[in-house]
Amino acid sequence: MSSTTTQSADLTPGVSLTETDNGPRAVVTGRWTAAQLTVREVWASVVSALQTVPAGTRVWDLRSVQGLDHLGAQLLWNKWERAWPADVQFIPGQRAVIERVARYSTAPPAMIRTTWWGRFDALGARVLHAMGHAYDVTRLVGQLLIDLVKLAMRPREGPWRDMSGHLYRIGATALPITALVGFLIGVVLAYLTSLQLKQFGADAFIVHILGLSLIRELGPVLAAILIAGRSGSAITAQIGVMRVTEELDAMRVMGIAHGYRLVMPRALALAIAMPLVSVWTTVMALIGGMAAAQLVLGLSPEFFLNALPRAVEAANLNLALGKSVVFGLLIALIACHFGLRVEPNTESLGKGTTASVVTSITMVIIMDALFAVLFKDIGV
Amino acid sequence: MSASVERPDRRGQPVVEIRGLWTVFDSPAGPMVIHRNLDLTIHRGEVVSLVGGSGTGKTTLLRQILGLETPAKGTVTILGRPVAELGERGAAMRVGMLFQQGALFSAFNVLENIAFPLRELKTLPEDVIRDVALVKLQMVGLGVEHAYKMPADLSGGMVKRVGLARALVMDPPLLLLDEPTAGLDPESADGFVLLLRSLHHELRLTVVMVTHDLDTLYELSTRVAVLADQRVIASGRPKEVIAYPHPFVHEFFLGERGQRAMELLREYPFAV
Repeated sequence: MSSTTTQSADLTPGVSLTETDNGPRAVVTGRWTAAQLTVREVWASVVSALQTVPAGTRVWDLRSVQGLDHLGAQLLWNKWERAWPADVQFIPGQRAVIERVARYSTAPPAMIRTTWWGRFDALGARVLHAMGHAYDVTRLVGQLLIDLVKLAMRPREGPWRDMSGHLYRIGATALPITALVGFLIGVVLAYLTSLQLKQFGADAFIVHILGLSLIRELGPVLAAILIAGRSGSAITAQIGVMRVTEELDAMRVMGIAHGYRLVMPRALALAIAMPLVSVWTTVMALIGGMAAAQLVLGLSPEFFLNALPRAVEAANLNLALGKSVVFGLLIALIACHFGLRVEPNTESLGKGTTASVVTSITMVIIMDALFAVLFKDIGV
Repeated sequence: MSASVERPDRRGQPVVEIRGLWTVFDSPAGPMVIHRNLDLTIHRGEVVSLVGGSGTGKTTLLRQILGLETPAKGTVTILGRPVAELGERGAAMRVGMLFQQGALFSAFNVLENIAFPLRELKTLPEDVIRDVALVKLQMVGLGVEHAYKMPADLSGGMVKRVGLARALVMDPPLLLLDEPTAGLDPESADGFVLLLRSLHHELRLTVVMVTHDLDTLYELSTRVAVLADQRVIASGRPKEVIAYPHPFVHEFFLGERGQRAMELLREYPFAV
């Protein structure tokens, strides 16, 4: 029956229309498979060929088709407007494919439409969500305080190994990048201010400007932002992955508290590492500033170092250190908070990590402004 | 070439051809040879189960067939073309893979997951893609009401079914399954096996699977390939393989667990 058509070398899918005694007859040829149909040119030619066949053509001949998969069958079925034409000529096997497509072709289920009530509901859900954040943060802070008391009462049972690991990862491995950034900021700041000061002949004030701005503000904030981006995201991702892989559940089942074992070591490590990194960044920035001051203004480092204690009061150092401890705790708590809220899927993990970094950097800057207002009379 | 209705002149052509394959892993104790000069040929229409003890490189072999890992030596050919070409555009037309955990894209809903390989080709209009995806969704036994659910909201069995629908969306002639019934309750597992069997029969698929589940193995395989001693020690119909004298074969098929499954042995009769 089809021995001649089998030899047809042309595999491009197509349809041709022939007139017979009982009306038009559509003859389908070629390979109606995904491999053919997903080629752009082939697709265009198939679509235009199908359009030449008038709707309601009653006789279809599929016997010369070289291959028919579900995609091809779907096209034909859609062309038939999802009903069998009066006369379809098959080879065995094609019928099963088209029947399967016919059986399962349905209109897609309706998407849920948004209504005014739905929007009102969504607003409520957002408010509850925000309150959930506040509740969780409060609980996290409270739990941390309780855990710290617990640690103080039984210091030997503390997760010290964990903490030293975090200290190394958060603090020690951050030294190169904070040094580089601090040094460059110091150079840039000193260079720009030097140019201005030179015009007024107020060269020596470079020590005041650099000393105060770097020690009191830029050093701690710069270090905190770097650590928030570097370690805040790492903590969130780490805890989030533990949620995805059910490690958090495993810990809970063993009776190991997340707060004591996960949050507290990280919070303590950051509270300790943050002031140290902050001092390191400040020192590097001052070195950069000294270098630039010598190049532009010819101020010797000896002069710079001698003038520095007189220019900047010691209270500024304490303020900077205190600020850094708060920044460290803040970054750790925010990172742990978003990490623990991750849902067990990858999208939520990505969102949580982003939210963690953005929130902690914003909070660091807000906190810094708060400190500036509160301690405006101290050290200046 | 795809799992479409075709005239039966291509029967017996090798779909997967593995020649002289070596897999070597680095370990602290020096290089560790997993596969030594391994040969395996899988013909069209076969359902081949890879079995072997842990560490015999079943999943590694599956990943090498997919081109996800490169063997140290030897060649893997899929449908007459080197496996390295698999990563190219439209690979989903040639091979479908069902990963052990489903590997659904968690950012997409069920329908988008199934349609993804088709949509990425950027040739077909949206309504055709949606129709095809809806047909595949129902073909694996899920109702259209699940179309807009996110992967996180699905049960384990549903995840596997969606994964299967996605693997089949372009009707590839070769389907690879990694532990298709692992993690499913017995009832879902039976349902899944029946589904795979009917799909194999209807679509003339070639299937390669890794499984530890003897029920699945007996129900589906037309051939069992036993990996041990760094090569394929036995390959044949389940009944023939059971008779092969090797400690692993004895332990695996004729242990207590194996005896129980044997009682239910209904060898899959129709190699398409």
